[in-house]
Amino acid sequence: MVATREMPLKEYVLKGNAACAGCQDMVALRHAHKALEGDVIQVVPACCTSVVQSLWPKSGLAIPVLNTAFMAAAATASGVKAALKAKGNDTTMVMVWAGDGGTFDIGIQALSGALERRTDFLYICYNNQVYSNTGTQRSGATPLHAQTTTTWRGKTEPEKMIDLIVSAHEPVYQFTANTAYPRDLYDKFKKALEYPGPKFGHIFLPCPQAWNYPVEQGVEIGKLAVETGYWIQWERIGEEFILGRESKRFQDPEKRKPVDEFLKMQGRFSHLFKPKRDEKKINEFEDFIQHRWDVIMRAFT
Amino acid sequence: MKTELMSANYAAARSVISARVEVVAAYPITPATTVPEQIALLNEDGFYTGQFIRVESEHSAIFACIGASSTGARAFTATSSNGLLLMDEGLHWAAAARLPIVINNINRSVSPSWNIHVTHDDSYSKRDTGWIQFYVSSVDELYHTIIQSFKLAEDERVLMPVMINSDGFVLSHTLSSFDYLEPEEVDKFLPPYSPPHWIMDPANPVSHGNIVFPEYYQEFRYMMHEGTQNALKVYEEVEKDYKNLFGKYFGGPIDCYKCDDAEVVFTSQGSIAAEAKDAVDELRDEGYRVGNARVRMIRPFPVDKIRELGSHVKGFASFDRGVSYGFGGPVANDIRASMYHTKYRPMIKSYIGGLGGRDMTVTDIKEVIKDTYKAVESGDLGPEETWHDLME
Amino acid sequence: MPKTSYSKPMVGATGETGSWRTFDPVVDYDECNRCRTCWLHCPEAVISLDEDGTPHTDYDYCKGCGICAQVCPKQCIEMVRTDERKRRTGEV
Repeated sequence: MVATREMPLKEYVLKGNAACAGCQDMVALRHAHKALEGDVIQVVPACCTSVVQSLWPKSGLAIPVLNTAFMAAAATASGVKAALKAKGNDTTMVMVWAGDGGTFDIGIQALSGALERRTDFLYICYNNQVYSNTGTQRSGATPLHAQTTTTWRGKTEPEKMIDLIVSAHEPVYQFTANTAYPRDLYDKFKKALEYPGPKFGHIFLPCPQAWNYPVEQGVEIGKLAVETGYWIQWERIGEEFILGRESKRFQDPEKRKPVDEFLKMQGRFSHLFKPKRDEKKINEFEDFIQHRWDVIMRAFT
Repeated sequence: MKTELMSANYAAARSVISARVEVVAAYPITPATTVPEQIALLNEDGFYTGQFIRVESEHSAIFACIGASSTGARAFTATSSNGLLLMDEGLHWAAAARLPIVINNINRSVSPSWNIHVTHDDSYSKRDTGWIQFYVSSVDELYHTIIQSFKLAEDERVLMPVMINSDGFVLSHTLSSFDYLEPEEVDKFLPPYSPPHWIMDPANPVSHGNIVFPEYYQEFRYMMHEGTQNALKVYEEVEKDYKNLFGKYFGGPIDCYKCDDAEVVFTSQGSIAAEAKDAVDELRDEGYRVGNARVRMIRPFPVDKIRELGSHVKGFASFDRGVSYGFGGPVANDIRASMYHTKYRPMIKSYIGGLGGRDMTVTDIKEVIKDTYKAVESGDLGPEETWHDLME
Repeated sequence: MPKTSYSKPMVGATGETGSWRTFDPVVDYDECNRCRTCWLHCPEAVISLDEDGTPHTDYDYCKGCGICAQVCPKQCIEMVRTDERKRRTGEV
């Protein structure tokens, strides 16, 4: 893994932008672009990243950004890629930077189409598990029992396993990442540069606004997601599955931290502990954690 | 230039070669389908050397064009009916982003009821997106208007996308001769597209389309309006150049035939307008002083041209092959609105018909024109709106 | 005005976002081992590094999220009120 002191100092996320304090999206963007080193066109559908850029005529991102419609990110990227090809440019990376709503829900058709066409691009879903830009409504990525402004008493379904849907398209490179591990994230973007063809990255990204946790705890929460087994760090290069070193030991349920540690930090799960611990619902949440491990390991190994 | 015999759709596919279109993205829908089919074949056989993206929906087709155009490529798509409706978000987007994309919309009825034949409801419903809209009457006109449209759209004074409408089946699948131009010939007319303002380029990063607050939003909308309006003047120049280079001229925004001394002019869009020429000739033989005003462009609306006509005719028989539900014939209404602030008061009678591909023959058109002629002669307007050939 | 809304990259696109801050991070440089962890996790890119890795926070733009203080392995970054920060750094 890259050593922190070897990471480029050049910043493509410019200070004084419109992101909320503690926004983990900016951590992901910072290190993604450090890895890509500027030769990139970034396509952004409606999401927080369309807002954090700031107001016209200024932008807080020092990269070309094409903002596009909510359901159209992967299609727009297909057009950008085709234009580059038509002009003989085969080197510039075309990258979609979409939220979970724009990926799991409204954008899934365009994503599926672009992957199936073997578009040479990198699609990033930064997943904060909610429509945060519109005021935290449930998305297809919102976890079971999470409170949102359209699931006031907790969501009744677990999230869609988008990675399995994407893997059915057989991208050349697929990874999950987590902003609590920026060096790992950086490495994965570096690796994405090596593989021509459709690539997909899924980044777990705590959101202090939507998840209702103290703003300084974004890193702890990201780490707890891994240490409780809730989030699994892995890569897939073609058919080769690599379980991430952060996640390896938590494959064993015995080694996982109690899920309460992860849930209790977040206001969106506070109803699971009031007036007393809701055993049934927390068990369901834990069952889903194991279910996801089972499905992922069964599908990929 | 060489003469070829093809359907309008095949000719449209050839136009992407002639105009050196760099990116095409399209999705099948009857009756537009044979455009992307032909482009695919031309692409696979090496005649069309641009990129062809076989997208998974019309929404993706227009947004792939938006991505391509934003990266400085000349982009084209073709669609029909529900496909155009699915593009709606992208139509508004392309116009506001000032991207000179060109669409060939092959007019088809909107569902339900399921009907694959011509009605102009699909494109009429897109009048307010900012797109320049042409309606053509022949294969030759379609082919050349597509080439002209890139020049028009890419002109810095315009920088708005263009939709060229051609009637489903009547044009799209009917073989007719047209004069094909090699790309080397078109080069004299159409230089490579060079975006004058912004482009997606890592060497000069800009962010397009981020937030604009109420302080400025309106100004951007005003500039869109200006751009579309400028198309009238710029198209005059485009047509002049085209005529000088290739000897082709299709009559400006309104192609007038025997209108100079006419008491009544028949206005219509699309293939009916070609049919109407014969109707006018026959009526002239029968002693009626009538003319045919073929409306080629409905956005921007050629207000001055309508006013000029309205200053000397006594009546307009305005035929729409589509409806603004609750307010009648869209072009008829635009003609009425255009005349209101003049001192001239020709009768303006609206006719709606030919929907769902129902045939409009020379006899039908003559009947419509005579109805207005009778109103003009009697001084009695009669119904403002008539649905032609409507069953009881 | 340009014909359409394209934006140019610049520092401070949303103004001096340091005004959003309630608490300021202050590094105890005697304790700091130049590990760059604060720089790594800073969401705002307001921490610049000297060649030896010494971190400096740009208080014009730091939004005061406190992540740097939270992740510091040496626990040598403290979140304090601005006047306290200025007192410690000798600005006042």
